[in-house]
Amino acid sequence: MIPISWYLLLSAALFCLGVVGFLIKRNLITVFMSIELMLNGVNLSFVAFAHEWHLVKGQIFVFFVMVVAAAEAAVGLAIIIAVFRARSTLAVDRIDLMKL
Amino acid sequence: MNESLHLWLIPLLPFAGFLINGILGRRLPKSLVTTVALLAPLSSFGVVLNAAMAANAGAALPHIETFRHSWINAGALHVEFNLVLDQLSLVMLLVVTGVGFLIHIYSAGYMAHDEGYARYFSYLNLFLFFMTVLVLAGNALLMFVGWEGVGLASYLLIGFWFQKPSAASAGMKAFVVNRIGDFGFLIGMFLLLGNFSSLSFNVIAAELAVKPAWTGGVLTAIALCLLVGATGKSAQLPLYVWLPDAMEGPTPVSALIHAATMVTAGVYMIARTHFLFDRSPFALLIVAIVGAATAIFAATIGLVQTDIKRVLAYSTVSQLGYMFLGCGVAAYSAGIFHLMTHAFFKALLFLGAGSVIHGLGGEQDLRKMGGLRHHMPITFWTMTVAVFTISGFPPLAAFFSKDAILYAAFLHGTSGKIFWFIGLVTALLTSFYMFRLWYLTFLGERRTGSLEDHGAPVHARSDTRLVLEAEHPHPVHESPWSMLGPLVILAVLSIGGGWIGIERFAAYLAPSVGMLSVEAGSASLEWTLAGLAVIAALLGWFIADRLYRARPDAPGQLASSMSGPYNLLLHKYWVDELYGAVIVKPILATSRFVLEWVVDVAILGGAAWLLGGIATLGGAILQRWQSGNLRSYAAWLAAAAAVLLLYVLWAYSPAGLSAFFNHGTGH
Repeated sequence: MIPISWYLLLSAALFCLGVVGFLIKRNLITVFMSIELMLNGVNLSFVAFAHEWHLVKGQIFVFFVMVVAAAEAAVGLAIIIAVFRARSTLAVDRIDLMKL
Repeated sequence: MNESLHLWLIPLLPFAGFLINGILGRRLPKSLVTTVALLAPLSSFGVVLNAAMAANAGAALPHIETFRHSWINAGALHVEFNLVLDQLSLVMLLVVTGVGFLIHIYSAGYMAHDEGYARYFSYLNLFLFFMTVLVLAGNALLMFVGWEGVGLASYLLIGFWFQKPSAASAGMKAFVVNRIGDFGFLIGMFLLLGNFSSLSFNVIAAELAVKPAWTGGVLTAIALCLLVGATGKSAQLPLYVWLPDAMEGPTPVSALIHAATMVTAGVYMIARTHFLFDRSPFALLIVAIVGAATAIFAATIGLVQTDIKRVLAYSTVSQLGYMFLGCGVAAYSAGIFHLMTHAFFKALLFLGAGSVIHGLGGEQDLRKMGGLRHHMPITFWTMTVAVFTISGFPPLAAFFSKDAILYAAFLHGTSGKIFWFIGLVTALLTSFYMFRLWYLTFLGERRTGSLEDHGAPVHARSDTRLVLEAEHPHPVHESPWSMLGPLVILAVLSIGGGWIGIERFAAYLAPSVGMLSVEAGSASLEWTLAGLAVIAALLGWFIADRLYRARPDAPGQLASSMSGPYNLLLHKYWVDELYGAVIVKPILATSRFVLEWVVDVAILGGAAWLLGGIATLGGAILQRWQSGNLRSYAAWLAAAAAVLLLYVLWAYSPAGLSAFFNHGTGH
């Protein structure tokens, strides 16, 4: 049986990839994909624990996360399209209207 | 005597008038405002009359009304709300409400065209409220409330035409100068409280009565402090300077507050606390000196003033000096007697002057008047009565009262002879300046306003013309009957007010202020002194007649030949300038430095600057955080999450990560 730490290391690696991608990529869509990566990294650890302890709560929580991620993707993509229409760019550094 | 005289109604009725007219006056029709304004003093006068008749019918005086709850009850300090009606306050109340009512009627005519009509009457009623509180007060603190209140009403009414800078500043001057006197009154009250543990006049008098040997010392101190208060309110040297400037107010106000009633409060207060002054010959001497000095000082200034109201103002100061002189020689009843007759004839003089000013459309300069007797016959005749009265011609009122003071002064030891002589000279000066006013205003021909007529190169205060009174520029006319009626009544009182005679008046007041303590002089002495006083009055008339009727160009020549003394008098001995340079300027400079530079700029400004600087600095530092860069926020977020995670691991399992992984691998 594969030890749980392997699952968790993979989950942590996915999450860290998401964080790094979120921080260094300039394109808004890539940033968005990095967020999905982070969410799925977390999902993996949920599933791993559920399997380890034979509890179904973790599985159910993953479904919730997926639902939220789907909703977020819908709203987020809509916002991205709106931003692109307004600013003709998706570079994160240039979307800085909040700055004084 | 248990029957209530409802003394509390006397102040409260005018107060109700003040509230109604003060709050609603703007919205009410003018006739209703007038009704309320006149009803208040009239009903209050009615209550006083009722009390007077009850007293005549045998009601016991003093009649004291004490309210059920005490006013101040703090530790050793007990102050009651008690109103006292005795012979002294009854006389004073009759004068205050009676003359007050007449002047209210007059005001209805005089102020008819003023847009502040309701405001004016609400202030006037407020004044009556405080004045009656002052008179009825049975303890020093309640009297002080009235004392301050009349000061407030006086301030409001002097500055009634507040759009005029000179009126506004005259009001402030009156208020500030009176503060000095009030300070003396307060210190006197503290001393009373410290030595008698009470502020009630009855208690203090009773305690003094059982200690007949107690004289001088602290009593002198108390009496002198009270005298300082009296000099402020009653415009005596050295605090008289506010009264001439108070003529900026409407003329009926000058008549009521600054001639007939409020300014006599100092005399009333001295008579009210006479038991203290009686125990201090030194304080009495000071009162007499202040009175005599003020009388002659103000009379000399009055000789050359050219503003009709200013002549009367200095005359008031001078007559108040007479009253102080009377009190100073322990002839309190003579002082109060003169107070009463003065209220009649000085109110008459001011109202007559007001009638002249009204008829001339706001003109107050004597040099531009003349020949008015044909245009304003009733004003002329009533003013004539007043002029003859104040000059002291028998059998008019002031002859008796002034004579009583001079007689009492003459019998008052050696110093009394000097006071008597000063009083006599003042009588001559008074007669002169009053007849000068009379000739310049009513006799001769109308002078058409050339400043050279009088030979005076400098007009003391040319800015006193009442702009607001001058709004209806029709030719010289007699005043309406609402104004003439009070004049006629006051003229009758000025004629007959003194006929009661000082002996009967003094005997009536004796329970309140003690017997007239002059050793009975011979009748021949009395007649001689009276004769001398009349001769002085005649002499004054004669000189005025020579100068202003027979040779109209003489005054100018006299003024230019004696320009030194003339200018000294015209500029009122430069007292205002002296006070300005010695007192006002240093205080102003000090407050400029201390308040403006040290307190305002250094302390307050510095503190504000410091706080602002800290906030700006903090903002400059914190600003770096808010880069507006989304990814830097996210980086902070991730870093903080990592730190938190490590902290939790370290805190909850000392073995930390390794233990976690060991468990995991060992499974």
